[in-house]
Amino acid sequence: MKIRSVILGAAAALAIVPAAQAERGSDGHVNIIYWQAPSTLNPYLSGGTKELESASLVIEPLARYNEKGAMVPWLVDTVPTIENGGVSKDLKTITWKLKEGLKWSDGSPVTSADVVFTWKYCTAEGGGCAQSEKYNDVTNVEALDGLTVKVTFGVSKPFPYGPFVGAQAPIIQAKQFADCLGAKAPGCTDANFKPIGTGPFMVTEFRPNDVISLKANPNYRDPAKPAFATVTFKGGGSAMDAGRAVLETGQFDYAWNLQLAPDVLANMQKAGKGKVVSAFGTLVERIMINMTNPDPKLGDERGTAKHPHPFLTDIAVRKALSMAIDRKLLVEIGYGDAGRPTCNVLPAPEIYKSTANDACLNQDIEGAKKLLDEAGWKPGSDGIRAKDGVRLSILYQTSTNAVRQNFQAAIKQWWNEIGVEVELRNINASVFFGSDPGSPDTFQKFFADVEMYANNFDGTDPESYMANWECKQAPRPETQWQGNNMPRYCDKGYDALVAKMAKTGDLMERAKLAKAMNDKLMQEYIILPLVDRGRVSAHSVTLGGVVLNTWDSELWNAADWYRIK
Amino acid sequence: MLNYILRRVAIAIPTLFIISLIIFLILNLAPGDPTANLPLTIPPEVKATIRASLGLDQPIHIRFLLWCKQFFINEPYYIFGDMMGWPADPDQARVVSWQTRSPVVDLILQRIPQTLWVVGMSYVLAILIAVPIGVISAYRQYSWFDQAGTFISMVGFSVPTFFTGVVVIVVFSVQLGWFPSIYDTTHKVTDWSSFLFQIRQMIMPVAVLALYNAAQMSRFMRASMLDNLNQDYVRTARAKGIKERTVVLVHVLRNSLIPVVTVIALGVPQVFGGAIITEQVFKVNGLGQLLIIAIQGSDIPTVQTITFIFAFLIVTFNLIADVLYGILDPRIRYD
Repeated sequence: MKIRSVILGAAAALAIVPAAQAERGSDGHVNIIYWQAPSTLNPYLSGGTKELESASLVIEPLARYNEKGAMVPWLVDTVPTIENGGVSKDLKTITWKLKEGLKWSDGSPVTSADVVFTWKYCTAEGGGCAQSEKYNDVTNVEALDGLTVKVTFGVSKPFPYGPFVGAQAPIIQAKQFADCLGAKAPGCTDANFKPIGTGPFMVTEFRPNDVISLKANPNYRDPAKPAFATVTFKGGGSAMDAGRAVLETGQFDYAWNLQLAPDVLANMQKAGKGKVVSAFGTLVERIMINMTNPDPKLGDERGTAKHPHPFLTDIAVRKALSMAIDRKLLVEIGYGDAGRPTCNVLPAPEIYKSTANDACLNQDIEGAKKLLDEAGWKPGSDGIRAKDGVRLSILYQTSTNAVRQNFQAAIKQWWNEIGVEVELRNINASVFFGSDPGSPDTFQKFFADVEMYANNFDGTDPESYMANWECKQAPRPETQWQGNNMPRYCDKGYDALVAKMAKTGDLMERAKLAKAMNDKLMQEYIILPLVDRGRVSAHSVTLGGVVLNTWDSELWNAADWYRIK
Repeated sequence: MLNYILRRVAIAIPTLFIISLIIFLILNLAPGDPTANLPLTIPPEVKATIRASLGLDQPIHIRFLLWCKQFFINEPYYIFGDMMGWPADPDQARVVSWQTRSPVVDLILQRIPQTLWVVGMSYVLAILIAVPIGVISAYRQYSWFDQAGTFISMVGFSVPTFFTGVVVIVVFSVQLGWFPSIYDTTHKVTDWSSFLFQIRQMIMPVAVLALYNAAQMSRFMRASMLDNLNQDYVRTARAKGIKERTVVLVHVLRNSLIPVVTVIALGVPQVFGGAIITEQVFKVNGLGQLLIIAIQGSDIPTVQTITFIFAFLIVTFNLIADVLYGILDPRIRYD
């Protein structure tokens, strides 16, 4: 009897052994390449996507978004909602309870004091915290006990999941950053370069703008993960080099954000060493229409609401401009599988996607010409339409980027066909997207008739994104030309919808309002959406567990990666 | 000679000051913005507070004087203090990079090893290749060796390194798979196999750069040798019965090396400049790549510091080249 049980026990143990072999560090080394090198590992001091994503291997938020855009608990057991009592009925407080037994990578326990400190760190005066918008309207964060934290807002927040949710708001260790509040924050180089975190990896060496060396976190909450013992996170070069390193030479396992022409990527994939993965988020390439007059003769008043645009205020002109564009062809020449034509400035998540505007997918040059004829815009002797002495002559600006210049050339040709004169201009990206109030070439100053660029929003809630087009967010001299409402759109009905959404808690109601705002902008042709741009990355065929996530950091599940044998 | 050196040093100081002022003005008056590369999801008010925390809201002359104080007084004090073991003064502002928020000097020191390894090695290799090629091309002027050498020099000098670099990567890394295409800066040489790996990852960038530099230097060497081979003393030496080898390698070469040595000395600051484009192509991530990234990110303190260091090195090596010329050639005398 005894011998039988011993043999059975041994057989059972042998059966368990293969499963136990999937243990922490058993798969050796993994190489990641980001063609923009991270400059720091503290996302609160930088805010750049490369910093957010590299830091996400080390520090983590309380909850984050998965690849479907749903919120998943990360350092907590459940996401607080009104139903489970975590969010108060007046929408002014939310209570988070940390998981039991969480440890920092240096062995000390994670407590609610760390969460409170994280809020203090990002809201301290003089710190220049890049993510302070995540903590908007927070009046207090207090620790109710060792593991419970209560966040109090000054106004009722239908969407209270700003603080501590997503890769932009990770929890940092209070002890490590204790002397780094406010203006001292940039000076704490050791902490900024080697943050202590709860993530699957910890930093062994950080060379800014070059390479990060990491190793598996011995105090990670899942003892069988991560499967990789060490990581090299290399930065620099170009998207082409990164693609080559994963798809053709196999020197690296994961490459981020390969903004390459579709045929180049297809060619590289033929070597069979890697796979290209893509997913769509909320990034939309769009043309903004200037509702104000950018004429330099107006001096200081150019581009302000004091002088409406001479012809773009006519909806027939705007609609004709939109109808002349063949969005499907633009996607083909610019993005291939990594893009989809879109007629909405709010393309995702699913519940916010409107179907009311899809007629724009079909180019209609004749219809555009007819519309302009009916509105009184007759072609002059030079072929350019005019009415009452006002010629349809457009200055079209964008940033310097090969794909964008191709788009400009195609769109110019179509607009010429309908009788509109177009002058093209491109400006260096660091000037165009910079907020230098002294430069006349920024996208906020918008000293042109139309401009093209891409934008998106963090997470899955579009409230603050749709509020971008409130009248008061128009960039103008009084605001130092800062603001998000580039078209200078001013409509009481739209502002009313924005105000209503700020007070609405029910998800379906919010979706209706967001769609209504989107439809208003689309049907008045204030913004002409062109391409729903996806994220494209590549990974080695031997790397398993990769799930491309456009709603959070791409490395969100690096703990689950393993080597396919 | 000493008078001359002292005079040159005295002139160098205002020169360097004016250079730093010009660099500062160009960078600050240029339209870039350090927050431009941040995602558009960060609202403009937050970007404004970031810019304020970088000190960008102060007037331009205050910022220049602050930088001068930080760079010329605080930094050397800090570096000496570090070496001597003096206690660090936490209130003394150091020149800090805007992108990484860490001292610029630390960044530069981190990058120097790979720049010296790759670019320095290619410079040494270039000299070792260029001198014999120049000598033989001059000695056997218009022979097939000379024509081939001229052709390769033209190609090496005219074809830009971003082209040769990529061609070399495609051939040797992608198709043949002999060498890694991305340089590993964390690799430490501890034994024979790690040394071999270091050689393997260095071969391509070193070869590309050496071709470029050797092309230049071999032309100089050849021209200098041709000048000297027709001199009377060469005919005298041959008439005296000295072996041809000795005539060329002892008498003519030494005299021909004088201008070439000065050219080499003038080219040394470029080694520290890092070969900006080649470093980008091979991801060597040395000083050149640091400068490019800082320029693209409008990281003014880093750009100012690095360009000032280049200016300093160029002025210094100019002086060294002139002094060397005076030492090597007794016909040259400064007063």
